[in-house]
Amino acid sequence: MQAIWLTVRLAGIVTLILLVVGTPIAWGLARTRAWWKVPVGAVVALPLVLPPSVLGFYLLLAMGPQGPVGRLTEALGVGALPFTFWGLVIASVFYSLPFMVQPLQTAFESIGERPLEVAATLRASPVDAFFTVAVPLALPGFITASILTFAHTVGEFGVVLMIGGNVPGVTRVASVQIYDHVEALDYLQAHKLSLVMLLFSFIVLLALYWWRPAARRVG
Amino acid sequence: MAARRSPGGLSLEGIAARFKLGWAGFTLEVDLSIPGRGVTVLFGRSGSGKTTLLRCIAGLERASQGRLVVNGEVWQDEGRWLPTHERPIGYVFQEASLFPHLSVMGNLRYGLRRAHPSGEISLDHAIDLLGIRHLLERKPDRLSGGERQRVGIARALAVSPRLLLMDEPLASLDSARKSEILRYIERLREEVKIPIIYVSHAIDEVTRLADTLVLISEGRVTSVGSVPELTSRLDLRSQIGRFEGGAIIDARVLSQDLATGIAKLQFAGGELLTTDLDALAGEHVRVRIRARDVSIALDCPKNISVLNCLPGVVAEIGQDGKSSADVKIDVGGTSIIARITRHSIGTLRLAPGVRVFALIKAVSLDRHSVGFS
Repeated sequence: MQAIWLTVRLAGIVTLILLVVGTPIAWGLARTRAWWKVPVGAVVALPLVLPPSVLGFYLLLAMGPQGPVGRLTEALGVGALPFTFWGLVIASVFYSLPFMVQPLQTAFESIGERPLEVAATLRASPVDAFFTVAVPLALPGFITASILTFAHTVGEFGVVLMIGGNVPGVTRVASVQIYDHVEALDYLQAHKLSLVMLLFSFIVLLALYWWRPAARRVG
Repeated sequence: MAARRSPGGLSLEGIAARFKLGWAGFTLEVDLSIPGRGVTVLFGRSGSGKTTLLRCIAGLERASQGRLVVNGEVWQDEGRWLPTHERPIGYVFQEASLFPHLSVMGNLRYGLRRAHPSGEISLDHAIDLLGIRHLLERKPDRLSGGERQRVGIARALAVSPRLLLMDEPLASLDSARKSEILRYIERLREEVKIPIIYVSHAIDEVTRLADTLVLISEGRVTSVGSVPELTSRLDLRSQIGRFEGGAIIDARVLSQDLATGIAKLQFAGGELLTTDLDALAGEHVRVRIRARDVSIALDCPKNISVLNCLPGVVAEIGQDGKSSADVKIDVGGTSIIARITRHSIGTLRLAPGVRVFALIKAVSLDRHSVGFS
């Protein structure tokens, strides 16, 4: 139970952070024609193809006591991040970034220039138009992106092992817990937790596919 | 009327626009000066750059080199750029482009909430002018094309603009909706005393709306002038349209015969009979006489159904055209253009100075070619 609660908490926090961080990135990628669009888009997509252990390895180095992030957190008095809950949050933000940015970018692109031009002729500044026109019109995209981000964070395993380890109540999320149970040959517990995860994933996808037609109608 | 001038030498009345911009395969290079009141129609084929010019005026397109002064205010110049949302404009797009997530009222209020309350046009006035009071609660996807465009126009008016820009607002509508919206725009012109710049490639919209006509071709302004002045020029015929085009003249309704349905119009050069005219005696109208509807005779035929036989003098014969040509006839100071065969020009021995009669069927002057002025 503790593992499930921890998993949900991690996924929720990561989704919220990515809404704040991913939205401007998606907006920038959707609106620009600058040269950096392609390289930035590729960097954002990296976690899709990178083995989680590779991402985890680099994050571990960066956040470790000798790494740049680690030195910063030590200096700030926060201590080293690996094997803490917040270390896991930061790693998951990187890991799930494309799942937030890509649906949002698609949603912003499908709005097109016109509604924003209309808003400008109706005296709305660019920031005003973003919140009052772009965000409402991209709402289905926001919902899709949030669901995908949440679900993907729930399902991560490799990065958690690299960064979070297996600290009960701190970094031992559901996927790691199942691994533990199997290693301990406790198949009954593994079954229970796996079933919960299976149902959760199915329900998420079901919700997503039901949402899709509505998304098309509005967009 | 002489334009008022500020001490700095800027004209306080009128719009002066100079833009230069280009992208692959297209260059816009204009230097244009138009009156700061009435309807100015930017007329040209699709791809001529008229919409780009309108977007430059709105600030939706940024010309690398440009200067724009609207009634004494500098909107763009070297080192000065007023972004679109700070320009006191109303903009009507070709497709109504209503916000789908807002109701009709929400769309109208969107601009109203953000506009400076100059109060030239109230929201109520805009709603009544476009006849959309019964639609306010609806969502845009519950509106017909014509209704959407009316809401779009009302939304542009509700911000109390000091310049109204309209980009082919009728182009995406069928012909019944077109004439419906055209009536609303005519009312608008009567009631709202702000300058309107209207992009169009339809000559009937020019007939009915334009005070000033700007001809645009391949990214350049080729002529600026009044409608009768430009439509009577033979050298501009290819730009205004050979098939539908012809001289557009200003006239006044003298009388309406209810029994026959024939109306008598008076223009500078004489009288003209027409049919089924939705106008009252005394009203001013504008009549487009299509060149292909005008015949030329050396004397006025007696037993003929054609009701209009106007005496005049051949002023000019157009040079282009292989089998047919445009003949400009001066009828008491008003120019009328006839498109006839070169064969007839030969047999009638037409040449500048020859006295002729212009024959025009009354039924050819229908309500599509008559507008109120």
